[in-house]
Amino acid sequence: MSARNRETAPAGIATAAADVHLALRGIAHTYPARAGQGPVVALGPLDFDFRRGEFVAVVGPSGCGKSTLLEVIAGLVTPSCGVVEMEGRAITGTVAPDIGVVFQEDAAFAWLDVWDNVAFGLRRAGIDPAEIRRRVDYALAFMGLTEFRRAYPAQLSGGMRQRVCIARTLVLRPRLILLDEPFGALDQQTRLLMGEELLRLWRETAATVMLITHALDEAALLADRVAVMSARPGRLIDVVTTGWPIGRDTSLVADPEFGPLTARLWALLRHESKKALGGS
Amino acid sequence: MTRVRLLQFVIVGTVVLVLELLCRIGIINRFTMIPPSEMVLALGHVVATAPWFWPDVRYTLGNLAAAIGLSAVGGFLIGLVVHSMPRLRRVLDPIFTSYYAVPTFVLYPLLIVFFGIGPASLIVLGALFGIVAMIVATMTAIDRIPRVLLKVARVSRLGALRTALLMKLPAASPHLMTGLRLAVAYSVIGIIAGEFILSTEGIGRRVALAYNNFDNQTMYGLLVLILAFAISVNAALGAFEQALHRRWYRA
Repeated sequence: MSARNRETAPAGIATAAADVHLALRGIAHTYPARAGQGPVVALGPLDFDFRRGEFVAVVGPSGCGKSTLLEVIAGLVTPSCGVVEMEGRAITGTVAPDIGVVFQEDAAFAWLDVWDNVAFGLRRAGIDPAEIRRRVDYALAFMGLTEFRRAYPAQLSGGMRQRVCIARTLVLRPRLILLDEPFGALDQQTRLLMGEELLRLWRETAATVMLITHALDEAALLADRVAVMSARPGRLIDVVTTGWPIGRDTSLVADPEFGPLTARLWALLRHESKKALGGS
Repeated sequence: MTRVRLLQFVIVGTVVLVLELLCRIGIINRFTMIPPSEMVLALGHVVATAPWFWPDVRYTLGNLAAAIGLSAVGGFLIGLVVHSMPRLRRVLDPIFTSYYAVPTFVLYPLLIVFFGIGPASLIVLGALFGIVAMIVATMTAIDRIPRVLLKVARVSRLGALRTALLMKLPAASPHLMTGLRLAVAYSVIGIIAGEFILSTEGIGRRVALAYNNFDNQTMYGLLVLILAFAISVNAALGAFEQALHRRWYRA
């Protein structure tokens, strides 16, 4: 399996307008001053276009504003300036209905069993019970959770709980899926397997995916494009196109192009990571 | 049964046996206290023969249920509101902390002026006893809800009411149980003591009458009943709380 194209595109890449699913225009965010601490310029300014149905990974040093960026897109944080557009419509500061978010932290509802966890959003949306059953059963089968449908989250491993959260997002059929280091707490083998499931989910749903990760190999393996952010305040310093075929899987780790791609990402990030750590 | 639970039973059993012995050999005068075994028998006699027993039990339990309901629901709602206003919380926190240092009973005459001698003033008194424990427990419980769940609520576009009912209430419930147990205990104290001081009906009133008439058999029988009720309810809530913790947090 070889890469189709590994050229880097300039930051703030422009894409044909009809193809753009989500556009970030001049996004910047500053957290206001708190007791004993001045205002924190966390993000931007930053411009980026997500093409419809593509898989974009965002990497950057710790504290560079990756999660802030996700929260801005999800509508959880209103940026200090700039506009978020979805299909040409401004959604800045609002939680758009077509967006699904999976967080790094364990967000499974401890008081509900697996089936009810996955059905939670569908019930709130007032969907017909038969349709809820169909979608939830399918999602559980898809994520390999069918035999645990009546288990409570505390009875599951960390990876399985994260799959519950992904399934809960999946059943709502979002057209944009935002993932904030969803595999951050998992071991390497589980991460690889979860990555494969994520690729399967992406192909199945044809959704646009933004994956925030600190694992460069994960970004290189999963994404169509990898957006590389600078140390705080996070700006895009480069966008690397991986060129992997759509039917890719984790066997890519053995591809001769995989190592150099990961190395390239590290070369872009090394200086920024040192800056984030307080080095020069 | 765990070792701790066994030790608890042994301690309580020993105290009861010592009391029984002291009463039987006359170190404790029978006008002061009757032996615990006689207290149980006296309770059985009251239950079997006293015509006022069941109406008074119904009266007290009705007041208690209303007071617990008010303190639990009111405490949860007030806790939710105060928690959502950090400045108000900073102002009220010291008041809540020192609330139980104030003898709430001083308000009872005032409550009688407002609500009359009857269930209403008793219910309000019982609720006043329990509500602050529930408010404090609610705020502490919401503090302990993982922030990510509140983000999920926002992403799921739940409004404030649905977030409170579908996310905060269940997520906080294991910690709310602590507040509910306290609210129940305080409400029992408020209702029984209120009936004891000034009431026309209720088990507390019957304890006061028996006390005034030197009817130790009835008084101690009813005290056993009140103790057994309070301990049973507390144990049931404790077991429920532990079951919730086991289901939610077992590794």
